[in-house]
Amino acid sequence: MSERTVTCIGCPMGCRLRVTLEGGQVSEVDGAACGRGAAYARQECVCPTRQVTTLARVRGRREPLSVKTAQPIPKAMILSCVEEIHGVCVAPPVRIGDVVVQNVCGTGVDVVATMEVMSKKGGAA
Amino acid sequence: MTDVDILIIGGGPAGLAAAIAAHEAGCRNVLLLEREPALGGILRQCIHAGFGMHVFKEDLTGPEYAQRFVQRFHALGLSAQCDTMALSVTPDREVTAVSPAFGLQRFRAKAVVLAMGCRERTRGALRVPGWRPAGIYPAGQAQRFVNLDGWMPGRRVVILGSGDIGLIMARRMTLEGAEVLACVELMPFSGGLTRNVVQCLDDYGIPLLLSHTVTEIHGRERLEAVTVAQVDAQRKPLPGTEQRFECDTLLLSVGLIPENELSRAAGVRVSEVTCGPLVDDALQTSVPGIFACGNVLHVHDLVDHVTVESTEAGRQAAKYARGQGEAGHPACQMLQIRDGAGVRGLVPQTVCAVRVADALPLMFRPAAVFKDAAAVVRLDGEEVLRKRFRILTPGEMVRLVVPKEVLERHAGAGELTVEVTV
Repeated sequence: MSERTVTCIGCPMGCRLRVTLEGGQVSEVDGAACGRGAAYARQECVCPTRQVTTLARVRGRREPLSVKTAQPIPKAMILSCVEEIHGVCVAPPVRIGDVVVQNVCGTGVDVVATMEVMSKKGGAA
Repeated sequence: MTDVDILIIGGGPAGLAAAIAAHEAGCRNVLLLEREPALGGILRQCIHAGFGMHVFKEDLTGPEYAQRFVQRFHALGLSAQCDTMALSVTPDREVTAVSPAFGLQRFRAKAVVLAMGCRERTRGALRVPGWRPAGIYPAGQAQRFVNLDGWMPGRRVVILGSGDIGLIMARRMTLEGAEVLACVELMPFSGGLTRNVVQCLDDYGIPLLLSHTVTEIHGRERLEAVTVAQVDAQRKPLPGTEQRFECDTLLLSVGLIPENELSRAAGVRVSEVTCGPLVDDALQTSVPGIFACGNVLHVHDLVDHVTVESTEAGRQAAKYARGQGEAGHPACQMLQIRDGAGVRGLVPQTVCAVRVADALPLMFRPAAVFKDAAAVVRLDGEEVLRKRFRILTPGEMVRLVVPKEVLERHAGAGELTVEVTV
């Protein structure tokens, strides 16, 4: 049996969770203000994930496109996913939610646009 | 001179929410002025997630959060004039603005909503010795360069100050291929949200040097290195603790200051604690008909709170523009709101208890880090409300809601205080 303290990132409360681990599995979570805390502690101690937000290039523009992974991806994959996103060049027009990279790094998660880019220069609302 | 019912200065989250709320309250002559070419304010460059958990029960990025309000704004037929700089506001609500498209313009408004946001403290405010080489930026300025303009400010980065923007930029610069050597914080605790310390520093192995500061800047044309030293309890650098970081970029995340040049010139009284206007529960400043909301009023850490606050400001401005704003004002005794021990920057500063619809929201920052603490609300010294917190930190604003029943039960009270006890 071992104990670990993790900081919940589910909301700005930032609850300090005391997690008891038995045989690599979470047996107890203490200190969570809501149900999300226990779920987060289980995830964070067994298979940590993060939603990644970064930039992709837009064809013919210096101004980049902001993107995010549609779901969280394994924490260990962040840098390789960002590298794959940096490799693409998106053609306008782009709408919020448009898929920019499908199944990034084989995670099964898509990368989607989080801003609009109009076809005509300087039109982003 | 153009007559408008409500003139809103600033098209960020505060101005947008205020405009939408004013329209929904029935005001059909609302004009919003924005100095950037697009609406959305600072959210446009905040490409990270964490916005909207309270308002939309969704985790959105800044541009997505802004877009929802921009869409709603346009769907309601509201009008904004971008690329327009407001130059002055008078106490009788005449606003002068200038833009390439329309030149100099004058507006006369029945109500004005100040929603200009805040700006960053710069190197000059820190008085760090050394030359003035290129490569030293406020973190938000660097955020704009990277996320909106597509420029990288440098490759080897030290961040001074652990405010949220600095933490977010530590991750951002790392993901864009820069090496972030350390985040240096003068105080013994982080100035930013816990989740940002976890997700922006810990995740990437970036050290957070608490009780440290930058004591010297090296390099003449371009930044070459910074000296970092530990500080004592009085925040004085400790000789012998200096370490040198070779870097080409120093980002400063050392605080935000509400942008109140226009407000002051309009005769609006400004708080020395929040650096924003003194307001009542209607978010009306000391000048009748001039309202304030968002980061120009006090620096928020959650845009959701800005939205809620600015919605109220827009609603109240609409009421005032209809000529119903002062009702109840002179008649009822104003409750004075004062910071108690452990509390800084309560907003609002005065309250008309009779006018409060169903609850009075109070916002403040804890003066230090408190664990297992309680925020205690007192009316004329008598405890009327107590709320427990596992942890309170200056980096996380507290929002307390006092139910109307509590105010009614103590009708006639003259002073409300909030204090933090452990």
